[in-house]
Amino acid sequence: MKFTLSWLREHLETEAPLERIAETLSAIGLEVEGVEDRGAALAPFRIARVVEAVPHPNADRLRALKVDVGDGRLLSVVCGAPNARAGMMGVAALPGAFIPGTGITLKAGEIRGVRSEAMMLSAREMGLGEDHTGIVDLPAEAPLGESYARWAGLDDPVIEIAVTPNRGDALAVRGVARDLAAAGLGALRPWRAERVPAAFASPLRWEIADPRACTWVLGRALRGLSNGPSPRWLQDRLSAIGLRPINALVDVTNFFTYDLGRPLHVFDMRKVKGGVLTMRMAREGERLAALNGREYALTPEDGVIADAAGPEALGGIIGGEHSGCDEGTTEAFIECALFDPVRIARSGRRHDIRTDARARFERGLDPALMPQAIEAAAAMMIALCGGEASEVVEAGAEPAWRRSATLRFERLAGYGGAEVAPEEAVGILERLGFAVEARDAARVTVAVPSWRNDVAQPPALDQDPALPPERARAAAEGCAAIEPECDLIEEVLRIRGLDRVPPVSLPLASPVPPPALTPRQARANLARRVVAARGMLDCVSFGFLARDLAALFGPAAERQVPPAAERQTPWSPPEALRLANPIAADLDQMRPTPVASLLLAAARNAARGFPDLALAELGGAYRDATPEGQLAVLAGVRAGATPRHWAEPSRPVDAMDAKGDALAVLAALGVPMPALQVAAEDLPGFYHPGRAGLVRQGKTVLASFGEVHPKVLAALDLAGPAVAFEVFLDAVPEPKRRRKGMPDLPPFQPVRRDFAFLVEEGVPAEVLLRAARGADRQLIAEVALFDRYAGERLPPGKVSLALQVTLQPRAATLTDAEIEAVAERVIAAVTRATGATLRG
Amino acid sequence: MTDATTMRADDLAALREETAAQLAAAADLRAWDAVRVGVLGRGGRLTALLKALGALPPEARRERGAALNRLKAELEAAIEARRAELEAAALEARLAAERLDVTLPPRPHPPLGAEAGAIHPISRTMEELVAIFGAMGFRVAEGPDIESDWHNFGALNIPEHHPARQDHDTFYLPPGPDGRRPVLRTHTSPVQIRTMLTQPPPIRVIVPGRTWRADHDATHSPMFHQVEGLVIDRAITLGHLKGCLIDFLRAFFGIADLPVRFRASYFPFTEPSMEVDIGWNRRTGELGKGGDWLEILGSGMVHPRVLANCGLDPREWQGFAFGMGVERITMLKHGMADLRPFYESDVRWLRHYGADPLSPPSLAEGV
Repeated sequence: MKFTLSWLREHLETEAPLERIAETLSAIGLEVEGVEDRGAALAPFRIARVVEAVPHPNADRLRALKVDVGDGRLLSVVCGAPNARAGMMGVAALPGAFIPGTGITLKAGEIRGVRSEAMMLSAREMGLGEDHTGIVDLPAEAPLGESYARWAGLDDPVIEIAVTPNRGDALAVRGVARDLAAAGLGALRPWRAERVPAAFASPLRWEIADPRACTWVLGRALRGLSNGPSPRWLQDRLSAIGLRPINALVDVTNFFTYDLGRPLHVFDMRKVKGGVLTMRMAREGERLAALNGREYALTPEDGVIADAAGPEALGGIIGGEHSGCDEGTTEAFIECALFDPVRIARSGRRHDIRTDARARFERGLDPALMPQAIEAAAAMMIALCGGEASEVVEAGAEPAWRRSATLRFERLAGYGGAEVAPEEAVGILERLGFAVEARDAARVTVAVPSWRNDVAQPPALDQDPALPPERARAAAEGCAAIEPECDLIEEVLRIRGLDRVPPVSLPLASPVPPPALTPRQARANLARRVVAARGMLDCVSFGFLARDLAALFGPAAERQVPPAAERQTPWSPPEALRLANPIAADLDQMRPTPVASLLLAAARNAARGFPDLALAELGGAYRDATPEGQLAVLAGVRAGATPRHWAEPSRPVDAMDAKGDALAVLAALGVPMPALQVAAEDLPGFYHPGRAGLVRQGKTVLASFGEVHPKVLAALDLAGPAVAFEVFLDAVPEPKRRRKGMPDLPPFQPVRRDFAFLVEEGVPAEVLLRAARGADRQLIAEVALFDRYAGERLPPGKVSLALQVTLQPRAATLTDAEIEAVAERVIAAVTRATGATLRG
Repeated sequence: MTDATTMRADDLAALREETAAQLAAAADLRAWDAVRVGVLGRGGRLTALLKALGALPPEARRERGAALNRLKAELEAAIEARRAELEAAALEARLAAERLDVTLPPRPHPPLGAEAGAIHPISRTMEELVAIFGAMGFRVAEGPDIESDWHNFGALNIPEHHPARQDHDTFYLPPGPDGRRPVLRTHTSPVQIRTMLTQPPPIRVIVPGRTWRADHDATHSPMFHQVEGLVIDRAITLGHLKGCLIDFLRAFFGIADLPVRFRASYFPFTEPSMEVDIGWNRRTGELGKGGDWLEILGSGMVHPRVLANCGLDPREWQGFAFGMGVERITMLKHGMADLRPFYESDVRWLRHYGADPLSPPSLAEGV
């Protein structure tokens, strides 16, 4: 909402400088978005008279002027404007002045042999519009030598404030003035509309056919008008706040929209068909050609003002073009109505019409102001256009708006944290228009002014239906009891200044508070740190991507979704996770896994020349729209090759890197690692089917890892190789908090023996390792796979797996025979489990 | 029909059938390519027929040409389809041959010599927030990204046609089984509701998390992060709200005398509501001095309707809530100019702004 300083001063008697006014506005909740002081840029420009204008001796299109700038000098000016003539009044700039329209600082000079000691300005050169057809041509009575800005009323700063949705009353200069006066910045000037006598009976009357369309409406006919342009003061005032002056009748309605926050409409009475204006809902198929030049197809949910021919206005939002007033209007009818804010908001949004009227009606308006507003509007219209007014006709009735609210003074400290003297609190409320109804030492009860529909409204609750009824009722009663008081506390604190509430640090039960994070939350941070410590860069990506891409990672990928994982968290159809209103076509589907985002990032980095990378993200993987279907997944991607280094040759990343990452995370999260099983079954479709695995604990899938499927790489235009992993953080069980047992520190040296087995290719190494470990649970402390060989020296289809078995004696040093016996058991167990033979 | 045309029609049919048979017989891409060249290549059979057209009289040429073009399109399609089949089979065979024993133990270390990893600035800021608010007795609460309309709006005193809804640019998903459209949460405030419904007061939680709004330009991202705070107790006042936020802001920015200003404002879910500014220098971006003010967060006393919607009696319980943009405070703290790189995963940016994973924030060391 914009207004000028002088306009504000018509309602507020104040000596406060602009800066203090702006600061106060922001502090009390009317945030200043800008202060535009157009006068500042125009300050150097003076009103001047062209004394002589003759053709330039050396240029056809130029003239040589003699200009009186009002300080006794007669300056020589070369000017190209076709309208320059002797005797005209214009605006001059002297050397040193900055010309806003050209961005140049003026210097005296010589143009084709003639001195030019000043410049006569066009509107565009002053930054006042686009007119550059000639220099500004002022009326003859313009005072010579006076500041142009002051004379033209442009030295009036324009203030723009943001008005929050609760403050319909502050969309009025008077409302703003009232708040400022309450905050101690001056006094609100008294205002009463002058009464306009009724000279005739209104030929038009109101009918409310549907109370949804309107609850109360006043109207008044005017006749004998001579409409035309508004006087300068009114035009200037409207132009200053960005409104285009149209004609006096329309300008008056716009003036009161801002001055009192009271939108009005004025019909050209001769264009209204029949003797009745009806407030009703629109009928299917009705259309309205509106004053903004656009045509709207109305719906039965839109309230309209209709005459015998059909809708003439979309009530409370915009008037119709057909019955609008123009310069030929001699008879008019003023409308001053009250509309339902919700209906206005819906209609406005449905048709996407933003008008000053809508902004006010959807916040709710002062019903008690209506009779005064229609008097004031009639008076001003008659003052500007002549003529006389009819009686006031109305339909509907003034709604019940009287409410009261009680403030217990103690609550200003108990809720607001501020010690405020009752006198001060009551004073603020009274200056805001609240009227004291009752008061004692502990409390005050006030009547809420008609313009404050945000205070002491009956609470509209939207309680959780699952609440126990008794609790819900008590809470609702409590709200009804407390809310009006909170409204008053807000008023007192806001006007008094929130900076005057002393800050108090939160009290702590103990200087050492309990942990802020649950073990599960702490684990998420740890997991992120583990992968970052393994060289991965932590990323944050959008949780949505293109649906086609998502399909490669979701359940649709050849139904290769792990049945086990599917039981764990089933997928909903992709349509259920598709945005109804995506911001771009490639951001329309909630991602099935952060792996998708990371691979996209890898492709972007590769395109920039960084193909070798390791990225990770902890974020949502979306299976369905329920809270349980939104999984927290730590995902990682490695792509390209490992770095070149003298001590470590470069190699392409492989699935074992991803497995290492996944297991490192699980180990850090306290998962009992020996209990995990890895299998290459039921893999998500985005993995290479032969080079990926799932990590399970029992039936629960904790992680997946593997090489990325070549089809996915091709779809992403990623050269590869790329490997990925996912850790399903929600599925990882919380580690039991147990104290560690006694350490096992036997005094005997361990014995290590190596075995090489020849097995069929395809026998999982894990089977071999398990068998070896199980061969003697007492003695065997560790089994490590230290070599794997497949090649020409072996029979086809066979691989050699070499194990180191560590035996830890506990009772006594092992004899050769004992060692031999264990070795035999290892060989037997492995052979039994895998069909392997010991390599010679 | 002349005999000659019939004969020619026959030879087209023969070419079609023979090509089909050859394609079916082509077992790999090499064999397939030989078929392709034999038909469509420079010396191919179809090419030869097309070349021969020129010798025909105009009437016959038109008829014959049309037939040949139809056949050409048909053969090209068949050849292309076979290529796709063979490629799919080749990929299948390759994938079948590429087997890795995934039960093998992984290498004991991550790939050596890689550059150090780093923690994203957003993650880092969130950890710092937890460290500071944790010291003030807050716990961390979390909630889902895909939320019900009620949690995101209704319970927070933002009814269907409240003007505040227009400011939220909400992303919607298709209606669920209950006929209501889930939303991507537009703020972390729905977790206030979840917390009040599941945890009896006193409550002291912060909620760091992802939030979503349908707005995308240089200063808005469709996904961003907020941290919400909620304190509910019997005697929490607006003074505590101010104290808590001043304590936080000074600790987070590491400026003991950071100017903090509170301005009245409006949010549907708090009353009174306040916007909070910190002092800075607009020109240099330096925080703490310079005489300008920068809006940094919104806050207020929890609206009695929000308490009542969650079954808390406002005669017994009161408290405050606040919310701020994680990106915004991160950018201010580190003097970052642009929002967009946060989500682009450019490895150079991540290395530049990322934090050391081995030094989590600690109040002892200073965040």
